[in-house]
Amino acid sequence: MSNSGVASMNARSALKRRRARMANLLPYLLSMPALLACIGILVPFGTAVFYSLERYNLAFPSTRGFIWFANYISLFSDGSFWRTILVSMTYTVLTVGLELLLGLGIALLLWRRSLVTNLLSVALILPLMVAPAIASLMWKLMTNANFGILSYFVSLLGVHDFKWASAPQSAMFTVVLVDMWVYTPFISILLLAGLRGLPRQPFEAAELDGVPGSFVFFRIMLPMLLPYILTAGLFRMLDSIQQFDIIYSMTQGGPGDTLMVFQVQAYTQAFIFTNIGRASAILMVLWIITYALSNVFVKNWLRLRERARGQA
Amino acid sequence: MNGKSVLRAVALTLIGLFFLFPLFWVVLMSFMTNADILRNPPSPFFTPTLHNYTALVSGNLGTNVGTQKIDYMLNLFNSTVLSGFSVILSLILGVPAAYAFARYKFRLGEDMAFTLLSFRFAPPLLVLLPLLMYFQSIGLYDTYFGLVWVYQLITLPLVLWIVRGYFEDVSEDIELAYRLDGHSWLRTFFRISIPLARPGIAAAALLSFIFAWNNFIFALILGSSGVQPVTVGALAFVTASGIEYGQIAAALVFSIMPTLVLAVFTQRYLVEGLSLGAIKG
Repeated sequence: MSNSGVASMNARSALKRRRARMANLLPYLLSMPALLACIGILVPFGTAVFYSLERYNLAFPSTRGFIWFANYISLFSDGSFWRTILVSMTYTVLTVGLELLLGLGIALLLWRRSLVTNLLSVALILPLMVAPAIASLMWKLMTNANFGILSYFVSLLGVHDFKWASAPQSAMFTVVLVDMWVYTPFISILLLAGLRGLPRQPFEAAELDGVPGSFVFFRIMLPMLLPYILTAGLFRMLDSIQQFDIIYSMTQGGPGDTLMVFQVQAYTQAFIFTNIGRASAILMVLWIITYALSNVFVKNWLRLRERARGQA
Repeated sequence: MNGKSVLRAVALTLIGLFFLFPLFWVVLMSFMTNADILRNPPSPFFTPTLHNYTALVSGNLGTNVGTQKIDYMLNLFNSTVLSGFSVILSLILGVPAAYAFARYKFRLGEDMAFTLLSFRFAPPLLVLLPLLMYFQSIGLYDTYFGLVWVYQLITLPLVLWIVRGYFEDVSEDIELAYRLDGHSWLRTFFRISIPLARPGIAAAALLSFIFAWNNFIFALILGSSGVQPVTVGALAFVTASGIEYGQIAAALVFSIMPTLVLAVFTQRYLVEGLSLGAIKG
């Protein structure tokens, strides 16, 4: 074997080795930006954890200092924070519960394809595409005491002077209504896709056997639809418990503290009372809740995803 | 049977009314003069006027204390710039990463994909407060660049997870066959993988544009009126224009039109996009 032959073989294997090394590096190279994005989130997140353990008020910079869990202790010994928890939970339970019921009902109505149901399922997309902050302002116009069309409708029904978002009794009702207007379509669109993806045989068999409708609904359809209902419901729950846009645009958390949900309360603490430490502690509590919920969600979502990939 | 179908028709009508009436009425209001709006009882019959829109475009708005300059068009421009550049950046950063996550099973990749996913569900203010402090000290506060950067929090996970699903559906054999013909990895990626995943990329791009456009809290915290999008601008506009309700309605119509038009195109991809690829439409 000549010298040059050995050299070229060496060169070739070196090239091959370099290629192999490149191939090993490739995934890391490609996902570098995603890694940077992760760091870009994790750094401020770490900072927020630190803030929540500090006495940190922008109005009194000289008093800033590390105080361990004092912010959390003061939060949980304060009635207004328990009120925040209660308001957030009420908002979440009402919106997710009502939207699931209404969304499922709509999905069932639209199940059978016809011109009307096809048109309606396109129309349903529209509210979902409106920014929640803008949706709030639209409803604000419609519920205005002087000229709001909804105030007028309500007065036709004999209820005069209904104050919508500006009275503590009806403020929650009003924002829940706006939330339902924006997000119910989300649930019905997902459930409709789920319904249309169900196998036909069980339903055909049930019809042949003359099984009563209620049995088909509760014993066949609901169990088969459950993974979809769970995914859609958890998705909405995660959003709902952190709702900010709709409530902030509508009343900024008022009247009084009627609508002070987690993020609106934290915003108020940070930007009205300049108390960054307390605001961060509130957000950390919210984060723990959402983190636990999102773990349940991701597990369920992955299962559905596997199934969707399998069908493809 | 007949009673049942009547009930069904009533239910469908009510649903249509609930979800469409608010849009219909606000569009109607945007063509009314204030006198028409304040008429009691309200009436859908009136002489339509374009005055609200011309006032918005020219920026000279009538308010209860005379005319005032409000540049709502700037907010519209800001929304376009912020959403557009956010989506472009997300595609440049996210599509290769999505490919890596789909093709190569590596521990770090899964960790990154799930970190980004879990922060999609974390309270935005939690990250925004520290970012505000950082941005103010390094001069990124109130800049397009800073906001586009932070908007990646919304758009990048969407692109990553939707496009990843499409790459997983593309058979590796096609890529290998092309590579065996002597084409480089890069060429294969651009000639084979990307075109095959194009529907997913389109879906991710459209949806993330809409989500970016509809975002409110990021610019509320990290920008002042110069860079703020329509969502934040509209709230300020409502406060500033006081009782000029026709103009407010026109401003709202302006700010929702782009996403409503895009929605018509996203329709096909909506289900998959909204569930981040977990449910097929």
